[in-house]
Amino acid sequence: MVISLVLLGCSASNPKQQELRVCSDPNNLPFSNRAGEGLENHLAQLIGRELGANVKYTWWPQRRGFIRSTLAADSCDVIMGIPTGSERVLTTRPYYRSSYVFVSRKDRHLGIKSFDDPALKKLKIGVQLVGDDYNNTPPVHALSRRGIVGNLEGFSVYGDYSQANPPARIIDAVVSGAVDIAVAWGPLAGYFAKRSGAQLDVVPVSPAYDPPGLRFAFDISLGVRPGDQKLEQRLEAVLERRRSGIDSLLTGFGFPLSQSPDSGWNGRGQPAS
Amino acid sequence: MKSISGLSVALAAALSFGGGNAAKGQSQPSAPHDDGQWTMPGKDYASTRFSGLTQITAGNAKRLRPMWSFSTGVLGGHEGQPLVVGNTMYVVTPYPNVVYAFDLTKEGYPLRWKYRPDVNGAAIGIACCDVVNRGAFYANGRLFYNLLDGHTVALDAATGKEIWKTKVADLNRGETTPMAPLVVKDRVIVGTSGGEFGVRGWVKGLDVRTGNLVWTGYSTGPDAEVLAKPGTFKPYYEKGTDLAQNSWPGDTWKNGGAPVWGWMSYDAELDLIYYGTGNPAPWNTEQRPGENRWATSVMARRPQDGALRWAYQFTPADNWDFDSTQEMILTDLTVKGKPRKALVHFDKNGFVYTMDRATGELLLAEPYVQVNWARRIDLETGKPEVDSSKTTGASKGTVKDICPTLEGGKNQQPAAFSPITRLFYVSTSNMCMDYSVANVSYIAGTPYIGAATPYKAGPGGNLGAFIAYDAARGKKVWEIKEPYPVWSGALATGGGVVFYGTLDGWFKAADARSGKLLYKFKVGSGVIGNPISFKGPDGKQYIALYAGFGGDWGLLSGDVRSDDPDDIRPPASFMPDIARHTSQGGIVWVFGLGDSQ
Repeated sequence: MVISLVLLGCSASNPKQQELRVCSDPNNLPFSNRAGEGLENHLAQLIGRELGANVKYTWWPQRRGFIRSTLAADSCDVIMGIPTGSERVLTTRPYYRSSYVFVSRKDRHLGIKSFDDPALKKLKIGVQLVGDDYNNTPPVHALSRRGIVGNLEGFSVYGDYSQANPPARIIDAVVSGAVDIAVAWGPLAGYFAKRSGAQLDVVPVSPAYDPPGLRFAFDISLGVRPGDQKLEQRLEAVLERRRSGIDSLLTGFGFPLSQSPDSGWNGRGQPAS
Repeated sequence: MKSISGLSVALAAALSFGGGNAAKGQSQPSAPHDDGQWTMPGKDYASTRFSGLTQITAGNAKRLRPMWSFSTGVLGGHEGQPLVVGNTMYVVTPYPNVVYAFDLTKEGYPLRWKYRPDVNGAAIGIACCDVVNRGAFYANGRLFYNLLDGHTVALDAATGKEIWKTKVADLNRGETTPMAPLVVKDRVIVGTSGGEFGVRGWVKGLDVRTGNLVWTGYSTGPDAEVLAKPGTFKPYYEKGTDLAQNSWPGDTWKNGGAPVWGWMSYDAELDLIYYGTGNPAPWNTEQRPGENRWATSVMARRPQDGALRWAYQFTPADNWDFDSTQEMILTDLTVKGKPRKALVHFDKNGFVYTMDRATGELLLAEPYVQVNWARRIDLETGKPEVDSSKTTGASKGTVKDICPTLEGGKNQQPAAFSPITRLFYVSTSNMCMDYSVANVSYIAGTPYIGAATPYKAGPGGNLGAFIAYDAARGKKVWEIKEPYPVWSGALATGGGVVFYGTLDGWFKAADARSGKLLYKFKVGSGVIGNPISFKGPDGKQYIALYAGFGGDWGLLSGDVRSDDPDDIRPPASFMPDIARHTSQGGIVWVFGLGDSQ
């Protein structure tokens, strides 16, 4: 029922030219921005070239209502990065897997790899905050379950949208020394660590699974409207065909990649039986 | 209930503020004088939502009929209420926050003027729960209201000309302003929404003439910023300094939520404003050990300088998103044989609290809906006895059957109080929820595992009810069961008729004493706004209300949204057929008796 690749029609200069309509946040590096500098912008260009389609963006902050206002409102057809198995979208096979990481300045020599490291009780730790109604990032839960609560510094993932890339403030705080260490989503940490003036250690958190119910690694896919299998299949074919190009893109952006296959999790976010 | 020995002839505090002059001490309560206007959201500073008009009675209400209607042209949820000042009715729409001024002296109520502000569309993505507006406030020839994007404006009520416009909230930090302002003497008082975004809640006092900021009182943090000044701040229960800072671990109070998005009241004699604060955020309970003051609390402040006189917390260490932003209704009651200047508050947490509004002492607290998160509220300490099997958190796994839900026993929809029946009329939700770990979620490029809180009907199977409640005895007097949560406000009138609207789009009138349904009319869209009553230039009594489905329910209600074919979430499993009864669309309705009265 949904025409995913829109023919511009006879009036267009090139009647065969198609559009790849992408739903994207205009201010959220390393993933995307209006200047086209994010990994997802580059990936969209790559896929567009492969499909012979022009990339056309619908810009919307990736907040509550993002899917409602973009993909579901039919103003665009593909979300370039979303956890595999997310509700309300049909996701492709994942094109990468990353995890939450510890980020600290190399010159601090902290060497922390695990939530169980006793040093965490004494350090000022930056964490990403989502909001109320029971939602927060898994590291916050992992720390609080170990009684590490008073020495946390929260950074809203929403941040101040008037600034560039609002979720990145948590990495700035590590660089400036405002916090001793941060636990952040890998792609965010890896990208900004690479571009920071300071030398940063980026170390995947462990344990990888913290029962009951906490995991720190997530598969990321492209997402289309439920029912849009046709586009999903075309996109998956490109992901398959351009695997090596996409891998070098991920590496170039400094995304810390986790090993597949996943460790005991299926795409629905529940432990595999 | 054990502590109530009697009830004085309850003269609503409203009567002493609202310009009314009821005969004090008369043995047979009757409708107080009423000038037939509705100039502020809650009708009067006491927030009674009681109109003394008497033409519409239990005897003739069956002859009510629609007299007029007007499409606002806006699809968002229509919370709030119209105002009637003199011969003009004022209507504020949800975003884009247009104001209409209707000439009630002419047939068809043509427009006197329309004000179309410039509102930043980015606010749409930041307001948590639809793009509602809770209405305007009239004072001294001016109309004051908030734009969703964080501005307060003052208009000339006669012409619609903008007098001033002040930026009070910062969208970029997640602050939006859907609430109605309160105007007291030379202050316009406004608060911020945004608990979901980790704001630090505040109220601000603006100069009524210029709109300039005079004071800011935060909900959390050190005394100096909460405006808890030595000598002025005298809470009844908690003692000590920096109570709103040291009840949080570390610096978590800095983005601790406790927003202010509901209704405000004012007692002229005590010179105190009253309002409730929202849930603590963005941390979950286990990450903010402590009571998290003053989230989920009632605050009593001086309007002039914002100084905090007292505060009381309804739900310490909130586990369930139990905002306390619901209205504070000011009435005088006799409790334990003593006349009290009372404040009555129906909290989201399912308890109704009767307090001494001069001191902040808790006099009575009883459930008004099904409640199981706490066994009771200890009147000595003011604290709930929490049932630990109903607490939630990442380490708790699935928790079954928590009552009420995140939506509360009631939510924003304000109750009414009749000084004649001495009853409170309350729109309620009858729902319980489970708490469980949910599927993966994603926001701003960050994946996480959220929680799911599926709702289900409480005892009886109906999702909502409109109830009459005796707050002096802690007892429900009657109820009208409704298939859906009741999300409109209540209106009580001197003619002994009460009014409300339903999510499935009915406007209803009921006998204030018996709860007998007197009249109903299908208004074209679900009702989440609040009915008002006024006397027209023709001397006749009218009832006005908004239809216009939305608010939190708009987000939960499947394919009600006609512009959203693929929809936002799966249709709410607890009310799968709501879309058979309503769609979106704002309509202002006026009902009356016509020539039959």
